[in-house]
Formats: sequence, structure tokens, C-alpha cells
Amino acid sequence: MDYLRAFIVGGLICVVGQLLIDLTKLTPARIMVIFVVAGVILGALGIYPLLVEWGGAGATVPIIGFGNVLAKGVMEDVDKKGLIGAFSGGVRAGAVGIAAAVFFGYIMAVVSKPKTKNKA
Amino acid sequence: MGTRLGKQTVRLDSKPVIQSWAAIVGAKEGHGPLGRFFDEIIEDEYFGEESFEKAESKFLRETLAKILMKGKVSSGDIQYIFAGDLLNQCIAANFGVRESEIPFFGLYGACSTMAESLSLGSLMVEGGFAERCVCITSSHFCSAEKQFRFPLEFGNQRPPTAQWTVTGAGGVMVGKAGDGPRVVHVTTGKIVDMGITDANDMGSAMAPAACDTITAHFRETNLPPNHYDLIVTGDLGIHGKNLCLQLLEENGITIKEFYDDCGVMIYDPQKQKTDCGGSGCACSATVLAGYILEKMSKRELNRVLFVATGALHSPISVQQGESIPAIAHAVGIEMV
Repeated sequence: MDYLRAFIVGGLICVVGQLLIDLTKLTPARIMVIFVVAGVILGALGIYPLLVEWGGAGATVPIIGFGNVLAKGVMEDVDKKGLIGAFSGGVRAGAVGIAAAVFFGYIMAVVSKPKTKNKA
Repeated sequence: MGTRLGKQTVRLDSKPVIQSWAAIVGAKEGHGPLGRFFDEIIEDEYFGEESFEKAESKFLRETLAKILMKGKVSSGDIQYIFAGDLLNQCIAANFGVRESEIPFFGLYGACSTMAESLSLGSLMVEGGFAERCVCITSSHFCSAEKQFRFPLEFGNQRPPTAQWTVTGAGGVMVGKAGDGPRVVHVTTGKIVDMGITDANDMGSAMAPAACDTITAHFRETNLPPNHYDLIVTGDLGIHGKNLCLQLLEENGITIKEFYDDCGVMIYDPQKQKTDCGGSGCACSATVLAGYILEKMSKRELNRVLFVATGALHSPISVQQGESIPAIAHAVGIEMV
């Protein structure tokens, strides 16, 4: 059941991304930024945590989940440290994701070579 | 010496001869509908090199060697080489011709470079400044994606109006004498900018330029459109081709029965998932040097108007919201 719910939430988030690619002239980089910012806003309003509760990794894995983590971290650190937390919270909460992205990105760059997706 | 027919067109009275030609392409082009016409098909997109940029230079270098070999001349017999590509500072051409020791003019005409180089090479021969010139250009899907869109590592999704940059190089040797197809008219394009800002829809940006140059060609030469067996644009793709026909129709020029586009010809869009078709400097260059000149030398085609089209934007101009200036150069090639 968890898998199904993750599939539904994650899938619907991707459908939104696909529609943005197909129906608008937004570049992928802009779509990515829109997703992160949307995650921050939905996280701050307390809407995204409800999706995470219901959909689990389906909501946390897509890039919009990263925005949610940023918002969550900022709110926690502001409570603990005051205004300075607005600057430290996001990066602290996202540290695992950011460091893992850099680390695995580097490893993959070392072991693999870029190539065309559909060659024939 | 040539005769100026109008603002944009020159008639070359000595009719410089395209003495030899060659095209080397990548796997996708080799597996496409024109595959059997190319001199060589390279399955490895790195062409044995470390980077896509080096691979592209090698495509150009090997094509140059093939042109000289087929023309039975050495690099010392060539007075000028006109070459260009899509990369920053035209490095594919710079590095590709580095060892040749041929006097070199580097060109940037985006995807119109083949017609631009052929125009200049032919004018140089017509003017008596050269016995022989090589006109050559290259592009590479992987290096062009990095240059204009995103590096392949990023795994970007292609929008449906996107075109597929041709991997390969094509070129010709133009000289004073011989039996081959001859360059009779050169119509130089002017920049046409219709205010299109979508860098994923080059066909629509370039079609008005193609229409403008083709219209100027017929106006200034006084030739009827059916003078040609084939009028071929460079890389307008499926959308751009239809738009070009429509625009020409509005100018009273009907060429539907003998009009085609290299970008449409080179791939099978359904089977090869190339969306709107091919693009890149090598698109028109390989179709010219692979297919068209071969057909002409067998006299299956006698008169061809070759109109390569280019979009003269840069990634920075697109990011700054500038529209896409486009250009098209036409070269009338005939068997005499």
C-alpha cells in the first residue's frame, strides 16, 4: 500500500513536470527552480508535509521535496536560534541530500562517460 | 569575371566546378534514409577521441582528407579552405584544419555555413584568386547539445519541436576546370528576424529567411522556379518546411513538387525519434556532399538550388531574451 501511494504521489508530481515541458516554453532549468520554490512555499504553508505523510518517498524524492526540506529546516532553526536560522536552517536540513548529490555525482562522473540516449 | 544581377545575386560566368566532395557521418545519420550515400559511417560517437569536440574536429579532418583523396590532389594544391562549425570560436574547424597548412578562413554562419563557404570558395575561384578551394563544415549532436542546450550528462528531455543536430562533416572542393556540377549563381542572404524567441523552434525562425533568399534569387535571376529539378533548404525541419512553402506561396512562388529540406531528408522521424528532423552545419553539408552531388554527377538531378539556413543566436543572446536572427544563402548548382 505504501508503494502504491508513493507511486501515485510521485507520479502526479512528474505529470505536472511533463505538462510544463509539453505545454509551455519553460526550459528544464526553470521548471526545476519552480519546483524547488513551490516546495518551499507549500512546505511553509504546511501543505507539503501532509503529502509526505500520505505519499512517503513519492513526495520526498522529487526535487519539490527538497524545497519542502529547506522550508522545514528554516522554520526549525528560526525557532531554535532566531533570525540567523533563516540562513543556516535550509542548508543544515538539506545537508545529507546536497553532500550525497556532490559525492555520487563525482563518483558517477569518474566511472562513466556521457553518450547519446537513442543512437539509432 | 562574374556578373552582378542584383542586390544579392551574382552570376559566375566561368562556372566554377565542384571537383570532388565527401561526407562522413555518425551512426544515426548512417542508419537513416540517406545512409548508403555517405562515404563513411562512424559508429563510435567519440570517433576514438577523448571528447566530443575532438571527435568533431576529427570528422572534419577526415572529411578534408577524403575530399583531397577523391580529387586526387594534395593539401599544397589548395589555395584556400573555408570552414566553420557551431562550437565557441569555431574550434572544430580551427583544430580540424590545424595540420593541413592550407590558408584558412574561419566562418560562422551557424547551419548556413555550407552555403556560405561554398559561395565564398566559388567567388574566389571565379575571381581568379584560387585554382582550388575547399569548403567544408561539421557539427556533432553531443557537442552541440552542450553548446546550445544542456550537456548530455544532465539527461534533459527534448521538447517536441526540437531538431536533432547531425553528427558528421561534409565538404567540397571547388576549382576552375573539370566535369562535375558547376556553381552558376550565388545569392547571399541578409539577416531576417521575425521576433521568434523560442530556441527550441529554429525551423520557424529560419523559414522567413529561406523564403526571403529564394524570392530574391528568382527576382534577380529572372529564372522561373521550375528551372530547378530540386530546391533544397538546409535544416528547417518538418514545421519550418511547411512554413517556408506557405510563405513562398504568398510571394507567388510555387515550388511544392520539387522542394525538400535536408533536415527532413536525413532522418526517419518516426523510427529514429528525431522529432522535427535534422539540423546543424553538417545537416545540409552531408546531404549536399553525400546525396545531392552524387545524384547530379549521375545526371539524375541537373539543376539544384541549395539554400542552407542558419539561426544566428547564441546561448547568451537567448538567455537575455533576444529574438533569433536568421539567414539563408543560396547557391545554384547545375550540370552543364
